[in-house]
Order: sequence, then structure tokens, then C-alpha cells
Amino acid sequence: MSTLSIVYVVLFYAATLLFVVGVAKKILQYTRSPAPLKIPTTPAPTTTSGVAYRMAREVVLFESLFKSSKWTWIFGWLFHFGMFLVLVRHLRYFMADVPFWLAAMQPFGKYAAFMMVAGLAGLWARRFLVDRVRYISTPSDHLMLALLMGIGISGALMTFAAHTDIVQLKMFVLGLLRFAPQPVPQDPVLLAHLAMVAVLMIIFPISKLLHAPGVFFSPTRNQVDNPRERRHLADWAAQLEK
Amino acid sequence: MAAAPDFEVAKLTGEITVPKLREGAMAGIKAYIASEKIQEPLGFPGQLVEDWHDRAIGKMGELLKKYRSLQVFMDACVHCGACTDKCHYYLGTSDPKNMPVARQELMRQVYRRHFTFAGKYFPKLVGAKDLSREILDDWYSYYYQCSECRRCSVYCPYGIDTAEITMAGREILDSVGIGQKYSNEILGKLHRIGNNLGLPGPAILDTLEGLEEDVLEDTGIPVKFPLDVEGAEVMLVTPSADFFSEPHVESLIGYAKVFHAAGISWTLSTKASEAGNFGLFIGSYENMRKAALRIRDAALDLGVKRIVVGECGHAWRVAYSFWNTLTGVGAGAPEDDEFARKLQAQLDHSYPQPSHICEVTHDLLKRGVIKADKSKNDHRVITFHDSCNVSRASRMGDMPGGQFIIPREVIKMVANNYQDMAPGTTHEATFCCGGGGGLLTDDLMQVRVKGAQPRMEAFKDVVDNNKVNFLALICAICKAQFTKVLPYYGYKMDMVGGVHQLVATAIELPGLGAGPVEEEAEEAESEAAAAGDE
Ligand code: HEM
Ligand code: HEM
Ligand code: SF4
Ligand code: SF4
Repeated sequence: MSTLSIVYVVLFYAATLLFVVGVAKKILQYTRSPAPLKIPTTPAPTTTSGVAYRMAREVVLFESLFKSSKWTWIFGWLFHFGMFLVLVRHLRYFMADVPFWLAAMQPFGKYAAFMMVAGLAGLWARRFLVDRVRYISTPSDHLMLALLMGIGISGALMTFAAHTDIVQLKMFVLGLLRFAPQPVPQDPVLLAHLAMVAVLMIIFPISKLLHAPGVFFSPTRNQVDNPRERRHLADWAAQLEK
Repeated sequence: MAAAPDFEVAKLTGEITVPKLREGAMAGIKAYIASEKIQEPLGFPGQLVEDWHDRAIGKMGELLKKYRSLQVFMDACVHCGACTDKCHYYLGTSDPKNMPVARQELMRQVYRRHFTFAGKYFPKLVGAKDLSREILDDWYSYYYQCSECRRCSVYCPYGIDTAEITMAGREILDSVGIGQKYSNEILGKLHRIGNNLGLPGPAILDTLEGLEEDVLEDTGIPVKFPLDVEGAEVMLVTPSADFFSEPHVESLIGYAKVFHAAGISWTLSTKASEAGNFGLFIGSYENMRKAALRIRDAALDLGVKRIVVGECGHAWRVAYSFWNTLTGVGAGAPEDDEFARKLQAQLDHSYPQPSHICEVTHDLLKRGVIKADKSKNDHRVITFHDSCNVSRASRMGDMPGGQFIIPREVIKMVANNYQDMAPGTTHEATFCCGGGGGLLTDDLMQVRVKGAQPRMEAFKDVVDNNKVNFLALICAICKAQFTKVLPYYGYKMDMVGGVHQLVATAIELPGLGAGPVEEEAEEAESEAAAAGDE
């Protein structure tokens, strides 16, 4: 195997390890830290199923964002939903047999790349055009958008312009999954795409991308509004009663 | 109004606009710092400690472990900017550090530097900064320009609640010896004497007797204001401002008339002579708990069956959301929870515990147990200001959104002319009065006046277009704030009053002598049922 292939194999194993361990540690930390007081924000559901429904609306529709800023919502939702479709389409690289529904969505699913890139462009423009958003933007905010933009554009290039050898790529990916590494295809666009994806995975657990797991643990969104009916007591707070 | 202000007061237009940012616009503004004498009884160092840096970072680490809210909120913000135009202090001052995300960032920059990989190794990239004296000063400045109103939390896609961060910031500041004079002094009085005003028992008794005389003179009916009556059914816990301040006291008269008309035996308590709890404002669980325990103790001492809370926003948040946790006032404690069970066994669970006075009055009016002559309020055109803590941090009744429905229904059952303010400024989108969260002090007058601007714009709109002349409130802080701030915007302070002031005006008091006995009340109830609900 070429040095390049070895580099990519190592890179992907390392990135996956950092991503999985990093995110798992964060989730564990969130699970373990107590929420000593009931602080759900109105409109707060009074039942657990109500909370699940609220959370689903936040994650799927970005409901709160819709209430606050229509432009950010449009771009943000285009980007995320586009990315979601793209990732679903990507599943075909990770399975030996592609199920029917996945194959069926391929022809139109590929246009999701444009949703994703358009959304990113809009979000990025806000960081320059809106004085308040400009004020709060850090270099890492711009780099993050650049990175995702890079992934999106390199991917779209392969899909719509400079096609890559999908069969060979699939062997590479399945090789990684089966711990029997195969050579990586020597296509510069694909190599760029993959390198950026690896970087994304590495920074995920140490950056604001933690908003993805974080939203599920946000006490203002995931608590049931029933403080009068149930006594809610954290362990450290219970100690004060001893 | 006192002398002309030394700052510019915006001219109202009736519309809320988002200003261009002006950096440093409010940078010099600092609340008075608490003295040693104020700090120490609360368990805080008297002045800035020498090793403040390490202690502050240590405290932050401790809070991150104790509060998931803080940990998640520190990590999750994506700088999307959705909250940037949601804070009334930003809208009123245009200082960018009053944008919720920027207020959070004051702490997040330090969190990143000390608690995250990216901030340790690439501080510039992610905007991480070591905690410096300047940052500490910025904290003090801007964490006391936040009223912990939670409006930002409604709009953030992850529900990031800047109030939680402000509270943590204040707690860290207190732990290194920098406290705010106003909040901490009042909290000290509450611990020492039993209420925020520092009124001893005899003074309260004196006031209540005075009120009995006043009401008797006005109405010819001996409405009682009982204090420390053992075995009463209801213990009313109300902000101490209700005993002395205008227009607060008018609402106290309203509560008394409601209990009188309904024939419910009730009492106030000297030990629990304060519903407010500034422990919330400074984010100190221990102090908040200590203050709340007075209510538990009083309830146990007097053996009351119901605990009812008067008109006060943050007090209702603490009561509704936290009392069960802090003191056991509530229901549903598990069997092995002796601490809470002891009190919960005594309480009557056919009523919500605790209940808001609006819930009580609403229920009595609806059932026809008490009656009101709406026309008595015909000289008023009323609008209602949703207080932030009631709207976004608590509830009333048994349905979501009850905190919006119930006070409005009470108003409409005692008055004919009601007009809501513009959507986007009411319900969970309500704008803070500008004086909540420990900012109700003269040394922060500029912050208060400017922060009130969004609410004042919405108010102007209904005054101009709907002839509104009464701003109905259910919060002691809102009442004090608006009485003070309205004149800056050219309105008379007597436009401000409580919901129970309206009730007091219209309620029909049953003839001389005691109120109706329970049977009569039941009769009235079946009558009302027969007549059908309107
Ligand atoms: C549970 C899943 C997720 C939810 C609910 C979610 C939600 C959001 C929301 C509401 C925003 C703010 C609005 C916006 O700028 O779009 C946002 C921003 C962002 N999200 Fe997500 N997200 C999720 C997963 C992800 C993932 C997996 C990634 C990346 C791989 C990601 C990357 C980003 C980025 C980079 C931004 C900032 C955009 C900017 O700079 O303006 N998100 N997300
Ligand atoms: C191991 C992970 C990944 C591999 C092996 C991979 C590989 C590829 C390949 C081979 C294509 C071209 C498809 C074609 O020619 O039809 C592609 C397209 C694309 N990729 Fe990836 N990719 C990965 C991860 C990602 C991630 C995480 C993102 C987004 C955050 C992404 C975004 C895109 C986009 C937007 C396209 C173009 C649209 C499409 O074909 O769906 N990729 N990717
Ligand atoms: S809690 Fe209220 S005052 Fe504080 S930042 Fe948020 S909107 Fe502003
Ligand atoms: S709305 Fe929430 S995620 Fe967006 S900038 Fe404000 S605090 Fe951060």
C-alpha cells in the first residue's frame, strides 16, 4: 500500500477514535451533571411525552430559531437538512448491500448538496453583513463554515463534475470497517474531501459542534413543567437536608 | 421625578427598533459594591481576596459540576446571533455586551481558556482569554445589567438561558468578595429580620391595624388583616413591599377583601413576611434555600393547610418552581423523603401547593363564590404587563400557558375595558420592566430607564391608540420600577397598579359582619353553575 493510503487509513482510524471517545465523554459528562432546579422555559410541556414532542420540534424544525430570526432559520435549516440528506445518501458507502429506499433516493438526493452549500453561504454572509453577528463571530466560526463549505463543494464537484471511482472508494471504506485496509483512490478532490471530513470529526467534540448532543441535555428544553406535583431534588442538594 | 437625568432618555415612537451597536456605551456603569458588613453574614469574603484568580476558576469548576445548565450552555452556543436583538438592555442601550450571547461570552472566554482543549492550545482562534482583573470588572458591570428575565432563552435554538450564566457569574464574583450592595444587603435583612424591608413584627402589626381601619372607613365593612393566627386555613406569603409601598398596598387590600368575601380563614406571618427571595438573583442555592425555609417553618408553626403567594414575579418563580425542591412546599415527595413529607402531610392537596393569589381569586370568581361589579372599574382602560418570571419561569392553573390566561381572566371578570399590548411584547415574549433581577436600585437608574424602553414603546402604542390609562401588574418589582420609570417617559406614575387593586375596586363585600359561611358559598356556587358560565 502507498504511503498516502497508510496516512489516510491512520487518519481515519484516529479521527473516528477521537470523535467517538470525545463525544461519548461529553455525553457522559452531561448525563452525570445534575440539574438541581426546575428551569424549563415557557412554553413548557407538563408531560414527558410533551417534552419529547417539543424536543423533536426543536431538532427537526428548529422551532425556537424560527421564532427568533427568519433569515437565520431559512439558511440554518437549508444547511442542516441538506447535510442530513447528504449523509443519508452517504450510507451507501458504508454498507455492502444498498437497500431499495436508499438506492431510490439517490437521483434526486444528490441535489441536497446545493441546499447545504446555499445554506452555508447564507449563514456566512450574515457574519459579515449583520453588525451584531459580526461582533460575536470568532475566527473559529469562520473556519468552521469554510471547512463545511469545502466539504460540500468538493463533494458536489465529484457528484456533478469530476466523477470519482466510487467502486474503489467503497472498497476503501468497507476495508476500514472490516479492519482490512484497502488503498485509497488517488483522486485529489476525493482526498481533499476525505481530509476535511477527518478534520471535522476531530474538532467535533472540542468545538461548538457540541450543540448537536447539547440540545438534548438543555434543562430549559428537556424538563417537564411539574414542580408542584413532583419533588425534584439533586443529590448534592439532598445533602443539605441531612 | 427627581432632577433631570444625567443620561439621554429616548423619545418613544410606539415601535421597537433594533439599534446599531455602540461599543462601550454602558461600560462605566457599575452598581455599588457591598461592604464587608453586608458580605460576611451571607458567607462571602468581605472584599476582593488576594488569590481571586484561582478561587474564581475553582468556583467556576465547581459550578460546572453542580449545574448541567451551565456546562451545556458553555459548550453549545454556535454564535448564531438569534438572541442578539432579544434583550431589552441591548435594545435600550445598544451596548453590544448587553446582547445575550456577548454577555455569555464574558464567561465563555474564560471557560474556554481554563476548561477546554481548544481554548488551552488555540486561545486566539476560539476567542479564549485568561481571567484578568479587567474581565472581572466587565463581569461585575454586565452581570448586573441583566435582569435574569430569560427572554433570550425563549429564542435560542438550544434554550441557552443567559440568566443561568448571569447567576453563575454573580456567584463567582461573590465568592471572591465582589458583591452587589443592593441585593446582598436586602438578602441579609431577609435572613436577619424576615423581610426585605427589614420590618420587625410590631411594625407589620401596626400597618395591618391601620389598613383594617382604612378599609372599615372606606367600605363600612370590618375586613381583617390577620397576623400569625395559628390554625388558619391559608397562610398568605407576599412581598413585604405590599405592607408599605404604593401602589403595592392596594393589592394587599384586594387579597384581604377576597378572603373576607369568600369566608376563608387566613393569616399573614411575621416569620414568613417576605415572598421575595434575592438568593435567586445572586445564584446562591444555599442562600435561596435558607430564605425559603422561613416559609416552611412558618407553615409548620401555624399549622396552615394552604400556602398562597401574593403578587410578586420572581417570588412566584421561586415558589412555583423551587419551593418544593428547597423546602417541600408542594406535593409528590417519595415515601422515604421525611423532610418534605412532614410538611406535605399537613397541606390540603385539593389545591395546588403553593397557589398564586390570582389562581385563588380566579377560582372563586369563576365559581361565583365571590362577585364583582365590573362597572366600578369603568374609569379605567387596562392593559396587562406579563412579568418575566411569571411568564417564562413558572405557570398557573393546570394547563400550559395558564400564567397568561388566569390574570387576564381575573381582570376581565372585574373590569370592562381591557386591551392587550402588541403581540411579540406579551406572553412568553414579554419585555422585562427593566428593574428585575437585582437591578431595582437607584445606582443603576440609567440601566433601568433604558432597559424599560421596549416595554414603554408597547405601552405608548396602547395609550395612544386604545386610551389605556392603567398598567396592571402582578409583581412588586415591576410596580416599583414602573412607578419610578414611567415619569422619565412622560407618563404619570399613578397609571401603575396591581391586578388585585382592580379586584379591590370591584369586589362585592357581603354585608356587615362576618363573610358568608361555607354553606352560603356552596349555594352561590350552585347558583352560578345553574346560571351557566359566561
Ligand atoms: C441534533 C442535531 C443538530 C441540531 C438540532 C442542530 C441545530 C443547529 C441550529 C439550530 C443552529 C443555529 C442556526 C444555524 O446557524 O444554522 C446550528 C448551527 C450550526 N450547526 Fe447544527 N445542529 C445539529 C447538528 C449539526 C451537525 C452534525 C453539524 C456539523 C457537522 C452542525 C454544524 C453546525 C454549524 C457549523 C453551525 C453554525 C453555523 C453558523 O456559523 O452560522 N450541526 N445547528
Ligand atoms: C467517510 C466519510 C465520507 C466519504 C467517504 C465521502 C465520500 C464522498 C464521495 C465519494 C462523494 C461523491 C459522490 C458521487 O460521486 O456521487 C461525496 C459527495 C459529497 N459529500 Fe461526502 N464523504 C464523506 C463524508 C461527508 C460528510 C461528513 C459530509 C458533510 C458534512 C459530506 C458531504 C458531501 C457532499 C455535500 C457531497 C455532494 C453531494 C452528494 O453526492 O450527496 N461528505 N462524498
Ligand atoms: S436574561 Fe433577559 S436581561 Fe439577561 S441577557 Fe437574557 S434577555 Fe437580557
Ligand atoms: S441564540 Fe443561542 S446559540 Fe445563538 S448566539 Fe444566542 S446563545 Fe448562542
